[in-house]
Amino acid sequence: MNANPNGKPPLKVRLATTSLAGCFGCHMSLLDIDERLFELAGLAEFDRSPFTDIKQCGPCDIALIEGGVCNSENVHVLRELRANAKILVAVGACAINGGVPALRNRLKIGDILDKVYRDDSGEVHIPDDPELPASLDKIYPINEIVRIDYFLPGCPPSGDAIWKYLTDLILGRVPRLDHQLLHYD
Amino acid sequence: MTELLFNIDDLPVPFKPGQTILEAAKAAGVFVPHLCHHPRLKPHGGCKLCTVVVNGRTQSACTYKVAAGQEVDIDTPELNAMRRSLVQLLFIEGNHFCPTCEKTGACELQALGYEYEMLSPHFAEFYPADREVDASHPDVLIDRNRCIMCERCVRASRDIDGKNVFGIAGRGGKATLAINSPTGKLADSDFAVTDSAAHICPVGAILVKRNGFATPIGERAYDAHPISDSVNVCEIAEEAK
Repeated sequence: MNANPNGKPPLKVRLATTSLAGCFGCHMSLLDIDERLFELAGLAEFDRSPFTDIKQCGPCDIALIEGGVCNSENVHVLRELRANAKILVAVGACAINGGVPALRNRLKIGDILDKVYRDDSGEVHIPDDPELPASLDKIYPINEIVRIDYFLPGCPPSGDAIWKYLTDLILGRVPRLDHQLLHYD
Repeated sequence: MTELLFNIDDLPVPFKPGQTILEAAKAAGVFVPHLCHHPRLKPHGGCKLCTVVVNGRTQSACTYKVAAGQEVDIDTPELNAMRRSLVQLLFIEGNHFCPTCEKTGACELQALGYEYEMLSPHFAEFYPADREVDASHPDVLIDRNRCIMCERCVRASRDIDGKNVFGIAGRGGKATLAINSPTGKLADSDFAVTDSAAHICPVGAILVKRNGFATPIGERAYDAHPISDSVNVCEIAEEAK
């Protein structure tokens, strides 16, 4: 099959990725698709992503979101991606249920800041630079902040799981993971 | 004597008088999901994962007795969607973080999430802040963040071990696993690691210490095979311990 009969470059989907309150493990796992990165480069081009270092998102087809929402900047980025992407995918445990960062949810944010920023003399110096994003009262799963279209669990999802899910989406199939690829851990 | 038969998903299945639907299905090799049920304990009918449709009405397969000619639906899209919702509700109601849990891969709740393709919690998370961890006992750890109130430990301690160590205290959202000791701590009860109640928890709420990673993550009971591959769910999870 000649996918390029007119000599025009093939249409590619535009892909954005970001890591909110995550550890970048899901992004590392995306790189674990190894040589399939070349195949992905044939199917997609990257918009805002740590891979491109583009800071503002333009209109795109699919956005992959790693991490939960822990501060005001996360909310801003998530809303920006929701406004620009047709399909939002929650990737990994933190985006889906808060994950390891959400272990702080049983504590009050004031108590945490007080503990973390108390120096040896007992004085508390909580940073208040306006450029620093304010922490939220707790970690939120991203679907509690904006509408999410698809969920890809795992901590992180394996490269194989990301490849299966992403290619299903790009090629217009209903994305599904069989037992070997579906993990919450 | 003619064989007694009833129908599971339109296929005839034999049964013995007095069997529950779950027991008869299991004897015939048909998977019925369950969390609170355990073959060594009396039926409890709490978790509702085993809900089936009997002659058009929903019933708990673990408590409902089979009768000849019954039409029982077990594996239908409607029931499986309901089961996925039940699993999601159990996940959001506690603090279930699989990546940090020792039980991951051998957890029956997680395995049922995989079975019913639960990809998200769907409902808003509760993140309860009042679930106490009890590490007082030398051999066994209690993490109430993961307790699903199935009462397997309550019944095993009372009916098999003859000790009555556990109970559920409080109501509704305030319900919690209580320990029968003067201080409420496990160390001050007569609980022992040899008790069957120490090994019967379907999730990671009761964990035997110094045993957490004896089987590496990725090689555990439900990492290799879906929970529905075997009808002997509880036995598999206990062998893995």
